[in-house]
Amino acid sequence: MNATLGKPRPGFTGYVTEESHHDYAGDTVFGFWVYILSDCILFATLFAVYAVIGTNYVGSTDALELFDLGFVLGETALLLLSSFTFGMAMLEANKSNMKGLIGWLGATFVLGLAFLVMEVYEFVHFTQEGAAAWDSGAWSAFYALIGTHGLHVFAGMIWMIVLVIMILKEGLTGDNRTRLMCLSLFWHFLDIIWICVFSFVYLMRFV
Amino acid sequence: MASKHTVVTDPDPIFGKLTWDSFPYHDPILVTTFIVVIIGSIGIIGSILYFGKLKYLWKEWITSVDHKKIGIMYILVAFIMLLRGFSDALLMRSQQAIAVASESGAGYLPPEHYDQIFTAHGVIMIFFVAMPFIVGLMNIVVPLQIGARDVAFPFLNSLSFWLFVAGALLLNISLFVGEFAATGWLAYPPLSGLEYSPWVGVDYWLWALQISGIGTLLTGVNFVVTILRMRAPGMTLMKMPVFTWTSFCANVLIVAAFPILTVTITLLTLDRYLGTHFFTGDMGGNQMMYVNLIWAWGHPEVYILILPAFGIFSEITATFSRKRLFGYTSLVWATAAIMILSFIVWLHHFFTMGAGASVNAFFGIATMIISIPTGVKLFNWLFTMYKGKVEYSSPMWWTVAFFLTFAIGGMTGVMLAIPAANFVLHNSLFLVAHFHNVIIGGALFGYFAGLTYWFPKATGFKLDEKLGKWACGFWTVGFFVAFMPLYILGFMGMTRRLNYYDNPTWNFWLLVAGAGALIVLVGILIQFYQIFASIRDQRKNRDRTGDPWNARTLEWSTSSPPPFYNFALLPEVRDRDHWHDMKQLGLAYKKPEQYHRIHMPKNTWAGIVISGFLLVFGFAMVWHIWWMAIAGFVGMLASWIIYAFERKKDYYVEINEVEAVEAKRYQRLERAKQLAEEAERDADKATTISV
Amino acid sequence: MKNLFQKSLKISVGVALALFLTSCGNSEYKLFDPKGPIANEQMWLIIHSTWIMLLVVVPVIIMAIWFPIKYRKNNDKNEYLPDWEHSNKIEAVVWTIPILIIIALGVITYITSFSLDPRKPIKSDKPAMVVQVVAMDWKWLFIYPEQQIATVNEIAIPVDRPIEFLVTSDTVMNSFFIPNLGSQIYAMSGMENRLHLIASEVGTYQGISANYSGFGFSGMKFSTIVTNEQGFDEWVVSVKSSQSPLDDSAFRELRVKSRDVPPKYFSDVNPLLFSEIIEQYTGGLNGK
Repeated sequence: MNATLGKPRPGFTGYVTEESHHDYAGDTVFGFWVYILSDCILFATLFAVYAVIGTNYVGSTDALELFDLGFVLGETALLLLSSFTFGMAMLEANKSNMKGLIGWLGATFVLGLAFLVMEVYEFVHFTQEGAAAWDSGAWSAFYALIGTHGLHVFAGMIWMIVLVIMILKEGLTGDNRTRLMCLSLFWHFLDIIWICVFSFVYLMRFV
Repeated sequence: MASKHTVVTDPDPIFGKLTWDSFPYHDPILVTTFIVVIIGSIGIIGSILYFGKLKYLWKEWITSVDHKKIGIMYILVAFIMLLRGFSDALLMRSQQAIAVASESGAGYLPPEHYDQIFTAHGVIMIFFVAMPFIVGLMNIVVPLQIGARDVAFPFLNSLSFWLFVAGALLLNISLFVGEFAATGWLAYPPLSGLEYSPWVGVDYWLWALQISGIGTLLTGVNFVVTILRMRAPGMTLMKMPVFTWTSFCANVLIVAAFPILTVTITLLTLDRYLGTHFFTGDMGGNQMMYVNLIWAWGHPEVYILILPAFGIFSEITATFSRKRLFGYTSLVWATAAIMILSFIVWLHHFFTMGAGASVNAFFGIATMIISIPTGVKLFNWLFTMYKGKVEYSSPMWWTVAFFLTFAIGGMTGVMLAIPAANFVLHNSLFLVAHFHNVIIGGALFGYFAGLTYWFPKATGFKLDEKLGKWACGFWTVGFFVAFMPLYILGFMGMTRRLNYYDNPTWNFWLLVAGAGALIVLVGILIQFYQIFASIRDQRKNRDRTGDPWNARTLEWSTSSPPPFYNFALLPEVRDRDHWHDMKQLGLAYKKPEQYHRIHMPKNTWAGIVISGFLLVFGFAMVWHIWWMAIAGFVGMLASWIIYAFERKKDYYVEINEVEAVEAKRYQRLERAKQLAEEAERDADKATTISV
Repeated sequence: MKNLFQKSLKISVGVALALFLTSCGNSEYKLFDPKGPIANEQMWLIIHSTWIMLLVVVPVIIMAIWFPIKYRKNNDKNEYLPDWEHSNKIEAVVWTIPILIIIALGVITYITSFSLDPRKPIKSDKPAMVVQVVAMDWKWLFIYPEQQIATVNEIAIPVDRPIEFLVTSDTVMNSFFIPNLGSQIYAMSGMENRLHLIASEVGTYQGISANYSGFGFSGMKFSTIVTNEQGFDEWVVSVKSSQSPLDDSAFRELRVKSRDVPPKYFSDVNPLLFSEIIEQYTGGLNGK
C-alpha cells in the first residue's frame, strides 16, 4: 500500500506565519506532574520494601508495643488540616488577596512544622525504646519510608519560605502563580502519600 | 584504583577516612597514569588560558542551555569515558589471555585490582558511555525533529548534563584517591555491604551513580514534556518521526525506572552509613530484595539504551533506501509494547535464585514475548529496503552490521530466557557474550550510525565516509572475533569474572577473544582519527544545504549547524516525512517573506555550580568528611535558591538578527547550488570526453 | 575495500565455525558432555530451541544480506516503490511467524520449567542422598548428615543415585554449579535452596561457584567424584579416617578467609551444623 497524502491546503508553506504564544506555565505544571509521577514510583518502591521486610523485627521492639494510634491520628490531622489551609491559600491567590494568601501559607507552614516536630519526637522516642533504624530490617524500612516522606515535607517547607519571599518581593506575577500551583500540587501529593503511610504502616498493624 | 585496600575504622574530623595510604603512590602504573592526566589537564587548561578561550568556553559551552551544544558535550564525554572503559576491557582480556594457573596470583593483575577493573568496565560502559551517548543524540536531534526551539526546561537540561559530569568525575577520582568498588557492576549485597566491602570503593559507586542518576531522571522528565507539548503544529503523535517515538518511550522508562534505582542506591547507602538492615544477610535484611529492585530498574534500563537505537536504524534505513519507512504504525506499537513489557521481565536475570517453577515460567515466557515486537521491527527495516534504492553510506554500513549481529544476539537472548536452559548458561561467558552482542551490536552500533548520520547536522560538516566504513568494518569483525569465542567458552562451562582459571583448553579461545579486542581497538582508533581528519578537512565535507543525505524528516529542513533558535519560523507539518514532503511539493528552501521575534532562554551558571557543589558533597560523603559534606550540600541548596531568585532568564532575538542569520543561510544555499552545478558540468564534460 | 571486508568476514566466520565443529565432540564442552539426565535434557533443550529460532533467524540474516545487495542504488533492473509503506499481507506474516515460534518456545519453556525445576525430586528406585552445601570465603563446605562427615572442596556421590543438595551460604551470595551434571542454584545466607541432581557416569567433574563473591572467587572450585556404591563407601571410610572432626575450633578456622583451598576431610560433624549456620542469619537479636 502506498502512502497517500493528497494536495496541501491552499496557502500551505510548511511553516507557521504567526508565532503562536507558547504556554510555558502549562509546560511547567505538566512537567511537575511528570515529576510527581516519578516520585510516586519512588514511594511505591519504599512501600514495597516495607511490605517485604516490614515485619522482620528479629528481636527488636515490635511496632505494636510502640505505635500510639492517637498520636499518629494527631499527626495525620495536622497534615490534613495543612492541606486544607493550602487550599484556602490558593483560593486567596485566585482572588489576588496577598494578605490572605500569606496568612494561609503561614498557617500551612506552622502545621507542617508541627507535623515534623511530632515525627522527630516519635523517631527519637522509638530509637530510645529499642526500635532504632539499625535494630532490625523492619525498623529500617519504617524509618526509610516515613523519613523520606518527612524529608519531602521539609523540602516543601523550605520551598514555601523561598516562594513567600518571592511573592513579597514581586507580588503575584504569572511565574509566581505557576510556582504556587506546583507547590500546592506537591503539598497535596504529600498528603495523599501520608494517608497511604497511615493506612499501611500504622492502621494495618492494629487490624 | 589501588590494589591495596585500606580500612579506616575511626575517621578523622578534618580528613575523614582520607589518609596518605589512600593515594596509590606505591603503584607505578597508577602514578604514571596520574602524571599523564595531570600534564594533560595542565596542557589543556594552559592552552585555553593562553589562547584566551576561557571566556568563550564559559559563555558558549559551559553555561549554555542550547540543547545542541549540551548534546555535543554529552557525546564528547561519552567518547572520553569510552577510552577508559575500553582500556579496562583490554586489561581484562589480556589478564584472561595469560592467567592459566592452578592458583591465585596468575597473570599480572591480582584479584584486588582485576575485580575493580571489571566492575569499573561495566559501570563506565553502561552509565558513562552508553547513557550519555544516547542522551546526547536525543538532545541534538529530538527538538529539531519535532520543530521546537529548545527542550521544555533548558536549565534542567544543563543541570542534568553537569550532574552527569559530576558523577563521571567522582568515578574517575576513585582511580587516584582510594579505590573503586570490586563488587561487579550492580554491587549485589551482602558483598557490597559494609561487612564484606569495608573500604570506600562501593561508596564511590554509590555516589557516582546517585548523582548522575538524578541527572538522568531530570532528563527523562524534560524530554517527556518536550515531546508531548512542544511539537510543531500539525505533528500529531502518529506523525512523529520514529526516533522521537523511541526516545519518548525511553524517557518514559527513565521516569518510571530511575526512581527505583534512586531508592535502591539510597537504601544500600543507609546500610553502609547508618548500619540499617535493608540488604544485610542478617537482622531481618533481605539480600534478594536488592537483586529484585536493582533489576526492576536494570531491565528497563537496557531498553532505555536500545529503543532509541531502534529509532536511529529506522531513520537511516528509510533515508538510505530512498523510501518511506515500511510499517510505521506497527513499529510504533512494537516500541510501546516493548516499553510496557520491559517492566515485567526483571526476574529473568536470576532464575537461579530458587523461585518456583511457575514464577520462572511466567518470567521466561514474558521475556520471550518481547522478542515478537523486536522481530517485527527487524522485518520492518528489511522491508523498508525492499524495492528501494539502497545507498551504502557509512550509517547504512552500521545498520547492516547491526542486522547481522543483532539477529544472533536476540537468538541467544531467547535461549537465556528459557529458565531450564538458563540454569546452565547463567553467569557463564555465554551470558557475557549475549549482552555484549545486543549492547554493542544493537545499541552501540546504533549510536555510531546515529552519530555519523547527524554529525553534519550538529557541526555543519560530514564525517569522513571512507574512514567511517573502515571503522565499521573493524568494529564488526572485531566484535565477532572477540565475542563468538565467549559463547563457545560458555558452552565449555567457563563462568564470568574469573581472575584466573586452571583449564588450559580455554586459553586458546581467550587468546582469540583478546585478538578480537585488539581489532576493535583499531576500529576505535580509526574513529578518533576519523573525527580528527574530518575536522581538519571540514571544508571538503561541508554541508551547505542542511540536508547532506537527502533525508526525510524535519531536522534536515534547517541549516547545518542549525542557528541557535533552530527554526526561524516554526514548521507546520502534514506528514511524518515532513522534509521529504516539502521537497516533493517544491516548498523546500523557500525564503519566507517575513520573520518574527524569537523567544529564547538565556545561559546560566547554575547547572555547573550546583553540580560542582554536589561533587564536593559526594566526595566528602565517600570519605566521611562531614564538614565538607555539609558545606557541599548547603552550597548546592544556596546556589539553587539564588538561581531561583534570578529574573530575566529569557530574552527575545530581534527580527534584524534573525534576518542576518537567515541571510547567511541563503548565501550558503546559493553557494551550494553553484557548486552542484559546477560538479554537474564537470561530470558532463567528463562524459563527453570519455564518449 | 568492500571485497576485502567481505572476504575477511568470510574467512573469520569460516575458521571459527571449523574450529568449533571439530572440537565439539571434545569433552571440554561441558554443557554438551552431560554426565547425568538433567544436564542431558538441558543440552537437548538448548539444541532444540536453537533450531526452532534458526527458523526465523536464518531468513532474517539472508534477507539482511540479500535485500541491500539486490536493491542497491545502482541496480536499475529493480522495481522502485518510493511511497510503498504498508502491506497487510507482509504485516500478517511478520507478526505471525514470531508469534508462532514464541508459542512453540513458550510451551517448551512451560514444560521444562516444571520438569527441570531444581526443587523437583528425581524419580529413581534408589533413595535420595542428602548433601548439605555451604558457601564460605572462599571455599565450599560439604556436610553429609547421614554419613556424619564433612569435606571442603571435594564431594563424592554414588552413580545413578539421586542427590538432594541443600545449599546455603555463610558469607555473600554464591552459585553452586557442577556444569557436567546440570542446573546451578544460588547459595544465600539465611536461606536453604534445594537442588536435585543425578550422575549417570563414573568420573570426576569440576564444580565451581558461578556467582562472583569477592577476591578469592576464582579459586572456589571443587571436585565431584562420581563413583559406584562401593567406591563411595570407601571414600566415606577414607574421610572418616582423617581423624579430625569439624568441631567449633575447626569451624572457626574455616570461617577465616582463605583462597585456593585444597580438599580437606572431617571425620565427624555436628549433624545440626547446617541449620545452625542458617539460623545465625535468621535467628534472634544477636545475629552473629
